[in-house]
Amino acid sequence: MSKRIDVKDLNVYYGNFLAVEDVSINIEAKSVTAFIGPSGCGKSTFLRTLNRMHEVLPGARVEGEVLLDGDNLYGPGVDPVTVRSQIGMVFQRPNPFPTMSIRDNVLAGVKLNNQKISKGEADALVERSLQGANLWNEVKDRLEKPGSGLSGGQQQRLCIARAIAVEPQVILMDEPCSALDPISTLAVEDLINELKDQYTVVIVTHNMQQAARVSDRTAFFNIAGTGKPGKLIEFAETSTIFNNPSNKATEDYVSGRFG
Amino acid sequence: MTSTLTPARKRSALTKGQLPKFAPYAVLAVALVLGAAILALIGFNAFGWGIVSAILFAAGLVGWSAAVEGSRKAKDKLATCLVVGSFLIALLPLISVIWTVLVNGIPGIITPGFLGTSMNGVTGVYDNKAVEGGAPVLGGIYHALLGTVQITLLATVISVPVGLLTAIYLVEYGNDRSVARAITFFVDVMTGIPSIVAGLFAAAFFFAVVGPGTKTGAVAAVALSVLMIPVVVRSSEEMLKIVPNELREAAYALGVRKWRTILKVVIPTAISGIASGVTLAIARVIGETAPILVTAGFATSINNNVFGGWMASLPTFIYTQILNPTSPSNPDPSSQRAWGAALVLIILVMLLNLGARLIARVFAPKTGR
Repeated sequence: MSKRIDVKDLNVYYGNFLAVEDVSINIEAKSVTAFIGPSGCGKSTFLRTLNRMHEVLPGARVEGEVLLDGDNLYGPGVDPVTVRSQIGMVFQRPNPFPTMSIRDNVLAGVKLNNQKISKGEADALVERSLQGANLWNEVKDRLEKPGSGLSGGQQQRLCIARAIAVEPQVILMDEPCSALDPISTLAVEDLINELKDQYTVVIVTHNMQQAARVSDRTAFFNIAGTGKPGKLIEFAETSTIFNNPSNKATEDYVSGRFG
Repeated sequence: MTSTLTPARKRSALTKGQLPKFAPYAVLAVALVLGAAILALIGFNAFGWGIVSAILFAAGLVGWSAAVEGSRKAKDKLATCLVVGSFLIALLPLISVIWTVLVNGIPGIITPGFLGTSMNGVTGVYDNKAVEGGAPVLGGIYHALLGTVQITLLATVISVPVGLLTAIYLVEYGNDRSVARAITFFVDVMTGIPSIVAGLFAAAFFFAVVGPGTKTGAVAAVALSVLMIPVVVRSSEEMLKIVPNELREAAYALGVRKWRTILKVVIPTAISGIASGVTLAIARVIGETAPILVTAGFATSINNNVFGGWMASLPTFIYTQILNPTSPSNPDPSSQRAWGAALVLIILVMLLNLGARLIARVFAPKTGR
């Protein structure tokens, strides 16, 4: 239940502004791939093109190919809704639906699409997803309480449970721990390690230790200057990026030297 | 000076140079007495007493504070006086209106049959008898109450779907296109339409479509919708705009279609604001008089059919009772009925406002743990 992603010569635009230029990258199935780089270099923008969330913003478009096990996401006639149901996403800020209970938040992908599901199946799905997100023991006694009553870290794990409840092939995470404390971060990182047994995980992070801890392969993005497009500088095994990078800019970034 | 005011207590050095706690009350008492004395010289009236005392109070407190506490505290006291004074001035008309309507309306409202009977068959003869012979005042507002409820309900049924769908288009699909900008512009223009013009529009429209002289509750409802729609659009638009984009993106990322996202995530999140906005829009049009006079005419008997025949409403009932008393020689019973109707109208609007708050509370996203 996981697929690989191959990106070929992808250019990402906001209107006429070229935000990310000429990215080609191969993301392996059942692995964790981390994107690192300075703010504004286009990591998140690029991540959002992988499940066609980029085009939700007015004027945003892409050129190039993104292949999910060989099928082009941007091919003619491809429905973005189908793409998104196969490639789930977790956002920077936890965003549970405030009008729904914890249980309904987990079932959101099913219920919002009006799919029929029996109570027994729904219970099983809720338990399986919350177990998968390491949240079951904390919330099993208050599934009918609102999701917004949880702590920030719990909310983020609820969002992960919500994402895996629709059983996607790939999970994209956009700085999932940037709003969390170290303990919640640890819980989410443990979770990412477990998730890679079943899913392809792509994570954007500002925290280089986090990238080193959780990822198998790391991509370094950089930007030449304000108004210039972001580029993929180097993509390799995580140990190579952090210990023996081939590019000077990568070495400067991971060792904390700039300019 | 401070030491003479509080001789029994040794004061902390930290609280030196402050007015005693009772200072405002003392100044108020002095200002009231002085004000009464000044007013007595030029002829006493309560309104003047209030004004003179307020000025004396402000001047006295600020002056005293300046002498004891310094200019910063004095400015603070002056600002407090201005703020509280403005608040009282704003409150005065409101209290006065409620008081007047209560005093004049309660005799009407407690008359037996006032809420349960219409004006059908009530002529000047009965009013004359009521004034001269002490017979009870006959007639009531049942027909007008019924008309108001029917017309407002129909207007709401027309306006809410149109207004809400317009707001959804503007926020979710408009993307600042020229169509969306044009709609926003016309909605703004519509907000400023005088209500009589809305009434004339509805009347002219139905004259042209149905036939000359068409005056029914439905025509009035259309006129009121013209006034309601822009209010509903505006308030719903604001409510939809404050739904965080993150929630929409969360739903999209789960593979939910846009229309389902709007229907099941965006609207439920904003429903409390939308519902209270609608209720306030109803409260806004329920008291309209002019558009109803030109569209629904005026009736003295009960009309249960909003689509046929003239129809009374509370504002037009008040208007006609005051302007054309049932008995021209003895207008008091008519005026009593008019005040009673006014009180009922105010109570209706208050209930609607309370309802809006209740709705907002019931539908608000829960945050409990």
